[in-house]
Amino acid sequence: MSQAIFALSTIAIGVGGCILYFYASNLFLDKVLFPARGPNAGRNINRAEAVRPWLFLAPALIALGLYLAYPVVATAWLSLVKEQGATRNFVGLANYAQMTSESKFWESMRNNMLWLFVVPAASTAFGLLAAQLTDRIAWGNFAKSLIFMPMAISFVGASVIWKLVYDTRPVDQAQIGLLNAVWLQFGGGVWSVLFLRILPALLLAAIAVGLAWGVWALLRPVLGSGGSRGSLVVVLLRLLGAAVFAALAVVMLWWLVGVFTVTLPYGQPQTWLTIPFWNNFFLMIVLIWIQTGFAMVILSAALRGVPEDTIEAAIIDGANPFQIFFRIKVPQIMGTIVVVWTTITIVVLKVFDIVLAMTNGQWETQVLANYMYDKFFRAFDVGVGSAAAMVIMLLVTPILVWNVWNARKEMR
Amino acid sequence: MADLKLIDVAKGYGDVKVLSNINLDIKTGELIVFVGPSGCGKSTLLRMIAGLEKITGGDFLIDGVRMNDVPPAQRGIAMVFQSYALYPHMTVRENMSFALKLAKKSPAEINAAVDKAARILQLTPYLDRLPKALSGGQRQRVAIGRSIVRDPKVYLFDEPLSNLDAALRVATRIEIAQLKESMPNSTMIYVTHDQVEAMTLASRIVVLAGGGISQVGTPLELYERPQNEFVAQFIGSPAMNLLDGEVTATGAQTTVSLTGGGTAISSVPTRESDKGLKVRIGVRPEDFVPTDGTHIYQGTVALTEALGEVTLLYFQKDGDKAGIVAKLPGIHNELRGRVVRLTADPRKVHVFHDGKSLLYR
Amino acid sequence: MENIAGKRSALTWAVHISVVLLVLLWVVPTFGLLVSSFRTGDQIVSSGWWRAFGTQEQQLNPIRIAGEEKEVDGRFVIEGNLFGNSKTVISLWGTSSREPTAYQPGDTADLGDGQTLTVQENGDFVLTSATSTKDTRLPRVFATASAPPEFTIQNYRNVIFSPLAGQSIGQAFLNTLTVAIPATIIPILIAAFAAYALAWMDFPGRALLIAAIVGLLVVPLQLALIPLLNLHNWAAMTINETFGLTGDRALSGKGYLGIWLAHTGFGLPLAIYLLRNYMVGLPRDIIENAKVDGATDFQIFTKIILPLSFPALASFAIFQFLWTWNDLLVALVFLGTGNDQQVLTGNLVNLLGSRGGDWEILAASAFVSIAVPLLVFFSMQRFLVRGLLAGSVK
Repeated sequence: MSQAIFALSTIAIGVGGCILYFYASNLFLDKVLFPARGPNAGRNINRAEAVRPWLFLAPALIALGLYLAYPVVATAWLSLVKEQGATRNFVGLANYAQMTSESKFWESMRNNMLWLFVVPAASTAFGLLAAQLTDRIAWGNFAKSLIFMPMAISFVGASVIWKLVYDTRPVDQAQIGLLNAVWLQFGGGVWSVLFLRILPALLLAAIAVGLAWGVWALLRPVLGSGGSRGSLVVVLLRLLGAAVFAALAVVMLWWLVGVFTVTLPYGQPQTWLTIPFWNNFFLMIVLIWIQTGFAMVILSAALRGVPEDTIEAAIIDGANPFQIFFRIKVPQIMGTIVVVWTTITIVVLKVFDIVLAMTNGQWETQVLANYMYDKFFRAFDVGVGSAAAMVIMLLVTPILVWNVWNARKEMR
Repeated sequence: MADLKLIDVAKGYGDVKVLSNINLDIKTGELIVFVGPSGCGKSTLLRMIAGLEKITGGDFLIDGVRMNDVPPAQRGIAMVFQSYALYPHMTVRENMSFALKLAKKSPAEINAAVDKAARILQLTPYLDRLPKALSGGQRQRVAIGRSIVRDPKVYLFDEPLSNLDAALRVATRIEIAQLKESMPNSTMIYVTHDQVEAMTLASRIVVLAGGGISQVGTPLELYERPQNEFVAQFIGSPAMNLLDGEVTATGAQTTVSLTGGGTAISSVPTRESDKGLKVRIGVRPEDFVPTDGTHIYQGTVALTEALGEVTLLYFQKDGDKAGIVAKLPGIHNELRGRVVRLTADPRKVHVFHDGKSLLYR
Repeated sequence: MENIAGKRSALTWAVHISVVLLVLLWVVPTFGLLVSSFRTGDQIVSSGWWRAFGTQEQQLNPIRIAGEEKEVDGRFVIEGNLFGNSKTVISLWGTSSREPTAYQPGDTADLGDGQTLTVQENGDFVLTSATSTKDTRLPRVFATASAPPEFTIQNYRNVIFSPLAGQSIGQAFLNTLTVAIPATIIPILIAAFAAYALAWMDFPGRALLIAAIVGLLVVPLQLALIPLLNLHNWAAMTINETFGLTGDRALSGKGYLGIWLAHTGFGLPLAIYLLRNYMVGLPRDIIENAKVDGATDFQIFTKIILPLSFPALASFAIFQFLWTWNDLLVALVFLGTGNDQQVLTGNLVNLLGSRGGDWEILAASAFVSIAVPLLVFFSMQRFLVRGLLAGSVK
């Protein structure tokens, strides 16, 4: 009970304090510091107007500075020092060197890259699919709110939900995890071939085709067949992107072959979260499950913003529903797709709760944020932990720069 | 060749009927204009012809083939939208070639068609631009160009000029007229709410009102011999004046004595039995002439608007006397506040009974 | 789109079916946990939750005979019932894992050494033995039984009121509320004033500040943990020394005050960004008219801007509430681990570690922790969507 009173009084003090600050500081400014009367009335008003914005901004600026800007600098500093006894010594990049010599770090980096590609792509794709499909049916809004629902669930709650799905029982007991129950239905027959070989193969092929298309779209302006070529930086970025896409496409094709050659352990319940490499995907599914709703809501609004008559014009031009979707609608909402993609990318870079709750980084599922948490609060190695935090910051920076650049462009 | 035939075409949403009993024959080479007040269903009718709205009753034929269930792309039509509906992510060239690409035409064929259309519409320098880098008039031409390259049997225009400013509107109107001249074998249907566009462009005008066709005819037919009061008032600006009266003399010419005082003689013939019939006569403002003899209307000029070549005289409503507008050549500001008597040539006096012209009985 | 002539309806059906599949895929995991939270631990581990709605025949986990031994006619007898409930019906049973279906209900099994066991259909059993069974391992019964669907709210009673992972979920619920509500309200006010200044006041450096806020929007809060924890500890220590606070009265670097401030700091960029974007969209005429009428900036803000910005304020409030309620990391770092400070998410993680197999506890705890966000979500979805649309950096 006392806790509730404590919280309530904090709210009262916090809110009251804020109001009091703003009211009193404005009053002070207008009545005492620069009163709008007397011989200097005009000058005083101007001065008061020049000061007032800073009165309005002050609490926010202090909070932002103290809680976001200062820590970035402080973390950067901490990553360069080592605590030795009670003193801190500057050690240069030693922390980074130590970090990069750890295999756990590289495992985290690899997994983070995996997350970085898979989660935003899958969430955006599913979100786009859900948005397009639900926009066309009468009960679409109901469907939307169900798909959107996981947004409200905490990462930890979601982890519990999915842990039940992935649960494993010994082979002679009834399976209580949905995934194993489904898995045990497959015995190598026709359905197994259809669902476990052909379907994934088609999916992989589709992704590979999409990637190939991406390579082509990126290279087309560089090769000079249409459109302007742009600056050298743009060309290099395009080449880099194309190379990455091409590499991914090759991986997809490699997996495609793998789907048909691998022997599947039919009839044996699997402990999904301990299968190295693939268990990452089972963790990612949790985040995809959560983020798809976000992507869907934003993309659905964007799709509705596509002018109806461009779609009608396309119908008259003879486009079928798929062509309308991919050649008329999607290009028009490309900007929004990028926004959704980057937003989810940021979420992915910070992902921590899911890994902590599901595997705690065991079985090769470590990610940077959890690695960093381990270093800070389990190994108490502030130096290496800060170095890991700086790596996350570094990965976020391109998006940060891009966002700021866009915002400035928009304001002009 | 493209003859269009609409037989008892209707459109309803559930129980609500927005259009019914639309019967229309459109011959190859015509430029038909649909006009009517907003909400009369003219755009809906056009979209039904395009296939963007389902036809819920009757039949629609192109060259004798029933089109009701044919998808838009296979009807041999092209449409120019009010907002142009250019694909914003495609260059002018891509916009114009999109339909041909979907139809799997060869690149050479596509380029030839696009280049030709661009030449006609003077868009050649802009082919590699995105729509956002074009002016309103250029966008409009791209929209038209996108239709031309498909070489359709029927062109549909949905208020194509309403997003342009006044000067550009006149210029583009003339361009469309010239385009029509250069393509004598194509049929065009044009929707507008602007009667000037209708009068200047149309080979025939379809006036739509109240969910049906009010009158179909050449512009001059509609102007000179309107079938009903609605068309009479819709065509021409300011609108035709209507005055209540009673037939007093019949024959080759009809004499109507008007409720507000005054007598009108019309060259509309009437039968002996029409004597005593309650009618309304209609006189266009520009057909009034001042007179000292028998008058159709006598009243005090409440307001004058001198437009230069003509002056509009506004008469206020006064008891039984209706308020009317007259248009006199020249400048006549001095008439304000004066009593003026007006009459009109009997050939210019229309007679309506129950809303319909006695000319068409 | 529905009106296009010649449209095929097969495609519409494909759309409906796809959406049904998508929705199922998205709802089933949660639904599974929800169903599980109403089943007993035994039920959960013996059959999948999707079987919970029908009467099911299944092989139960082996049950070891237990009970008070009595001496009757020179034989030692244990009587009792295998199950807690009366609705389970045994169809077959056995005494070894090799032959779990050896006997019919009512049969008597000879276990050797003069032991016999009889098990009835309803689970009543009689074990008789020539010698005392004290201090020996009693036999296990392998039963195949059918039980009607049965649901219980006992799990919720257990987790809410009894301490399982250091504390009860009920207490954690209160702690979470204590964190979330002030951490939602305080940043709103601060952000609203700042957003007004950035939207409608003219001063040098405004554009730069806006850009900085857009930048801070994506700064990972991971970076802030250690420096801020150090800062909090230092502040607490300084205060303690200055005012001579010791023992119980001494402030700790970890505590509610710290986490409120932290959440305020972390929530501010989004709050300012959202509110500024909204306020910029308000009609300039209203504000200029008020200025002409002689209103000060402070009056304009409180009388005009704040009421008009209600939708944006609500959007952000929902965001921040969901975020603070669902947060784990900030709570782990800035709150103590004591019973009066652990939040729901932290509690759940602990449970996952210590009671990972007890699904009845996990499921009920998880649902207690996501109940409030779901309630907020479904009742204020409109604002949430609006906020999302305004908040994604365009």
